[in-house]
Amino acid sequence: MRFQLIGVNHNTAPVEVRERLSIPESRLPEACKRLTEHPGIEEGMILSTCNRVEILANTKNGAPADLRGFLQNYFHLDAAELERHLYEYTEQDAVRHLFRVAASLDSMVVGEPQILGQVKEAYATARAVGAVRAQLDQLVTRAFAVAKRVRTETAVGSSSVSIASVAVDLAKKIFGNLAGKQVYLVGAGKMSELAARHLMAHGCASIFVANRTYDRAVSLAYKFKGQAIHFEDLHHTCDRADIVITSTGAPHAIFRREHGEIFLARRRNRPMFFIDIAVPRDVDPAMNKLDGIFVYDIDDLQQAVASHVADRRKEAERAEAIVTVEVERFQARIQTLDVVPTIVSLQDHLETIRQAEIDRVRGRLGRMTPDQEMAVEALTRGIVNKIMHTPISTLKSAARDPEATTVIDLVRRLFNLQEKGVAKAGDSGESN
Amino acid sequence: MCLGRRLLNYTMAIFWLRVALALYGVGLLYALVALTRTSDLFNRVALHAAYLGMMFHLVSLTEGVLLTGHVTMAMVHNSESLLAFLIMAVFMITYLMYQTTSPGIIVFPIVFLLTFMAATRQQPFLLMSPGMRTSWLIAHISLIFTGYAALVLSFCASLLYLIQQHSLKTKRASGILSRLPALEDIDQIGYRSLLIGFPFMTLGLVAGSVVAESTYGRVDFQDPKILLSLLMWAVYLVMVYTRWIAGWRGRKAAVLASVAFAAAVVAWAANYFSTIHRFASS
Repeated sequence: MRFQLIGVNHNTAPVEVRERLSIPESRLPEACKRLTEHPGIEEGMILSTCNRVEILANTKNGAPADLRGFLQNYFHLDAAELERHLYEYTEQDAVRHLFRVAASLDSMVVGEPQILGQVKEAYATARAVGAVRAQLDQLVTRAFAVAKRVRTETAVGSSSVSIASVAVDLAKKIFGNLAGKQVYLVGAGKMSELAARHLMAHGCASIFVANRTYDRAVSLAYKFKGQAIHFEDLHHTCDRADIVITSTGAPHAIFRREHGEIFLARRRNRPMFFIDIAVPRDVDPAMNKLDGIFVYDIDDLQQAVASHVADRRKEAERAEAIVTVEVERFQARIQTLDVVPTIVSLQDHLETIRQAEIDRVRGRLGRMTPDQEMAVEALTRGIVNKIMHTPISTLKSAARDPEATTVIDLVRRLFNLQEKGVAKAGDSGESN
Repeated sequence: MCLGRRLLNYTMAIFWLRVALALYGVGLLYALVALTRTSDLFNRVALHAAYLGMMFHLVSLTEGVLLTGHVTMAMVHNSESLLAFLIMAVFMITYLMYQTTSPGIIVFPIVFLLTFMAATRQQPFLLMSPGMRTSWLIAHISLIFTGYAALVLSFCASLLYLIQQHSLKTKRASGILSRLPALEDIDQIGYRSLLIGFPFMTLGLVAGSVVAESTYGRVDFQDPKILLSLLMWAVYLVMVYTRWIAGWRGRKAAVLASVAFAAAVVAWAANYFSTIHRFASS
């Protein structure tokens, strides 16, 4: 056993438990240090976000470590109470779990991008205090590569799952680049403000605000550095906007088909995008029939969000398959990191040479007395052991290094040691 | 050059063209598959196949020129091949400018068909009328063909515009639809290729009438190909005008583009009925 992981997340523990286990950023370096001082732990890393607290360790000599004990000591918690919420993984299950977390497959909103950054921060913190040095370093950097692969090869993080971001996506589908596009905010409301803010963040130029109460329009326009417009001028000015967000409390539609026709004529048919968040709707659905006008009401947006969520689920399955492959590759690779097989085959190799040479000498000298036998044995063994001493101690110390593979490779090449199947599998894993 | 050598070169030119055809076939496959599902990898493969295909295509065209010893003859002789190459070039320029392969859905089948026609036909060498003003003829053909290529792209764009508009209106965007460029980008691709194609087409027709005047002493308006070309040019003019004045796009523009495209296809096919443009029979 080498890697071991213990933790709680949003699925296993309610927020009351998670907040008691969370470690603030300022205390994280110290906690990492304490983790490595815990008996049986060689390297360690702590990931603490609002949705999860996880302790990842590389244990000494492959023996299991008491990570529960660490949690209890650190937080002074009751073991039985904690136990219900904990999950623990070892070896390749721990590897898989870390890969899934980094790739945002274990997140509350699958595919949300923040988690990778959080894992990166946790890694940087642990590395800075020397809690992550060798194998754990390999594991975590591999997890970043897997997360990147999942991100580029699947669409798990690509679709928006909030109404405001869906609105931005749609606007981009229509206008391409949003730079310089005009936004018209009709009526005020939290959701429409949020959508407007999102659009501005994506490059939309200026904003017009119209509201039944002009003062409200002025204050909102001030907030967005936009221009307030009297509500009665709405239909005269609306054609200047590319994107119109409506959320008034009007009982009837304020934009009807004939308005749309006028807008289009004035805009020389340049497209217009209406985002209608109001219920009852502010924009007559017949508007959507006009060439060049696109109307999305709250239901349409919500449906897009729902279908994106479903899409993500489908993509997540593909991502899981990638993770499975990557876990296998990593396992194969980590085995090459193990210096023991190399040391053994080095010893075997030299022993074979020694025996062959003794046999050769025997053939030439004929029968030797037991004393002579012992002297030759002692002499050859002594030479071989002296020769082997430095390579073996170098290998042993290299095992703690992230560059272990290079040293192992070098020794294997210098002594012409046979590659094992394991090493080959590891190599192919690396090349990808 | 002895006949055997000529034939060998001719076979080589056809051979390179067939290699190009096979590579365009990958693009065609992409176009067919892209309708049902999307794959980044395949997208890249198709693009590289298209690059390679264009290289072989260029080799084939160059050999055609070396073979006949006349640019004009080679152009006339390999007209389908030349047009296919120009369409690919326009497609690639679009890709470099807009980073989109979506027009490939329509471009690849057209290019494949044209290259297929060129690569499978065994055409006898043709002879030019001795009195022809070759430089004007070269201008006529290259201008008209560039115009054709731009028109094909503009037609693609107008179809893509319709598809994208439809998907936005019906509020269903998945699969290939989610990969189409933004509506305004498609619109720009179509409009720009229209604006570039129109002057080429116009100048090409002018050059053609100069050739006709000098060869036959007059322009034969009864000739079906000339008639259809003029019709196509007129539709082209209407498209530019309505877009310029009223900003027509979407459905109306697509209808016009389809009419222009249909006229172009028929005008092309009229090679076989036109007395002036009947190259293949001599």
